[in-house]
Amino acid sequence: MADNLETTVAFWYLAIAAVGAGALMLIARNPVHSAISLVIVIFHVAGLFVILGAGFLAVAQIAIYAGAIVVLFLFTLMMLDMRRLPEERVTHRQIWLGIPLGILLAIEGVVVSVGTPEISESIKGTFPPATVSELGGSTEALAVALFNEFTLPFLGASVLLTAATIGAIVLARRVETHEQADFPQAADASSSAEAPAEPVLEESAR
Amino acid sequence: MDFWAWLILITKVLAIFVLFALGAIPLVLLERWILGRMQSRYGPHRVGWRGSLQSAADGLKLGIKEDMIPGKSDKGVYWFAPVMMVMPAMAAWAIVPFGPEVEMGRTIGLWVADLNVGILFFLAMGSLGVYGVVMSGWSSNSKYAHLGALRSSAQVISYELVMGLAVLAVIIYAGSLSLIDIVNAQAGLWFIVPQLIGFLLFIIAAVAETNRAPFDLPEAESELVAGFHVEYSGMRWAFFFMAEYANMLLMAALVATLFLGGWRGWTIPGLEALSGVIWFLLKVSLFMFGFFLLRATQPRFRYDQLMNFCWKILIPIGVVNLLIAAGLRMAWS
Repeated sequence: MADNLETTVAFWYLAIAAVGAGALMLIARNPVHSAISLVIVIFHVAGLFVILGAGFLAVAQIAIYAGAIVVLFLFTLMMLDMRRLPEERVTHRQIWLGIPLGILLAIEGVVVSVGTPEISESIKGTFPPATVSELGGSTEALAVALFNEFTLPFLGASVLLTAATIGAIVLARRVETHEQADFPQAADASSSAEAPAEPVLEESAR
Repeated sequence: MDFWAWLILITKVLAIFVLFALGAIPLVLLERWILGRMQSRYGPHRVGWRGSLQSAADGLKLGIKEDMIPGKSDKGVYWFAPVMMVMPAMAAWAIVPFGPEVEMGRTIGLWVADLNVGILFFLAMGSLGVYGVVMSGWSSNSKYAHLGALRSSAQVISYELVMGLAVLAVIIYAGSLSLIDIVNAQAGLWFIVPQLIGFLLFIIAAVAETNRAPFDLPEAESELVAGFHVEYSGMRWAFFFMAEYANMLLMAALVATLFLGGWRGWTIPGLEALSGVIWFLLKVSLFMFGFFLLRATQPRFRYDQLMNFCWKILIPIGVVNLLIAAGLRMAWS
């Protein structure tokens, strides 16, 4: 990791800030504060990607997660009335299960990353630095991986997301036309103005 | 990096900072003069020669004004929102190429950073800009600010897609994400010719992204008082103002870079070394004037019209334009 002084300083700043903001996200009482902390985490993790030479990943992380997803969280949170949120303790009953599990996970992490160098040596992935520079950069390497080796999973994910979007639209429309929900054909055929009469007609037709 | 490389980098960053901090002053004056002219009134004409010191006086006034923080606001977020507004607007300037490389003892590019993901960096920073709006609107704890922020976040998220589609078509033609490469790819033909539709889409999205008229619904003086920054005063309010003008300049610079060949143009005799920068500034000025022209002449959109226009007209056009661009590119190579 430590190639030179600048990288080391940047790494420690980014790492500490990311973990700190992550902790803030968890302990903040106000969901808006949590969302803002999450943005800070995303930003600093993107910085870590830059250090690792994955500029595209860093920018995509900021544009998609910070720029789109968390904005939508905030958008939703802004509609909520914060005063009506239940006043609960931040640390719930799960703390007795959580602390041992957390310690176990931390030990596991240390053992894997420090204790067994042969494992971290073997996980170099399909694109070691040499291959990446041969392809002309991490953006190109990502493109090659996405559109050659992983074309099918990539297309599969796209189809899945499209299906999910259409599903969300369908569900949202259901709620909108509440009275007609049980009679989809009627809902399609009639305008909302004549909606009250419609179910009765439908039933007599059957 | 040796000492000189650091020094040059720091000088560039400071230059951007000064441009950002002081750029709004002459621009506001120009805008008010132009608006005055177009609406058959004087515009600023009292302070200094023909009102030329009006903006400086306004700036001074804002600087010594009391910094009010509403009692029921969320103080931390309220304090941080102007920072979130200014930071992305400034960071995005890092990738804008002001001119070609110049020789001054060593080769210096007239840009802060040539990122190989440059244009995506711009889009990422653009998408961060909405946080300043959302945070200020929410933390002010005021209905007007809240409504303005809600409108703005929906508007910016939607028009970002249009902008992304227009930019993607340019990327397909240039074959690179770096702005320097995109300018160099326009050596023969500016991208406005093959990408006229993309150019129009980008301009519309740029006006909407910067919350300027006719898409200035988040501010809408007549209905929302001043929208998301209604509770701010003094220097904090000035930050929002500076961010708006920095964003306008940025959009103008991006239009010039992506569609009008950036610094490219005929070499001006006698000013060979500076001709690149002059051309770039001329193109940027053209679009800044366009922003002022739109504000002077166009009425504001209604909110549902704004959203329909984006999702039902602009985005389908953008997708079709992208497909055509990809098809043409395939046919060429």
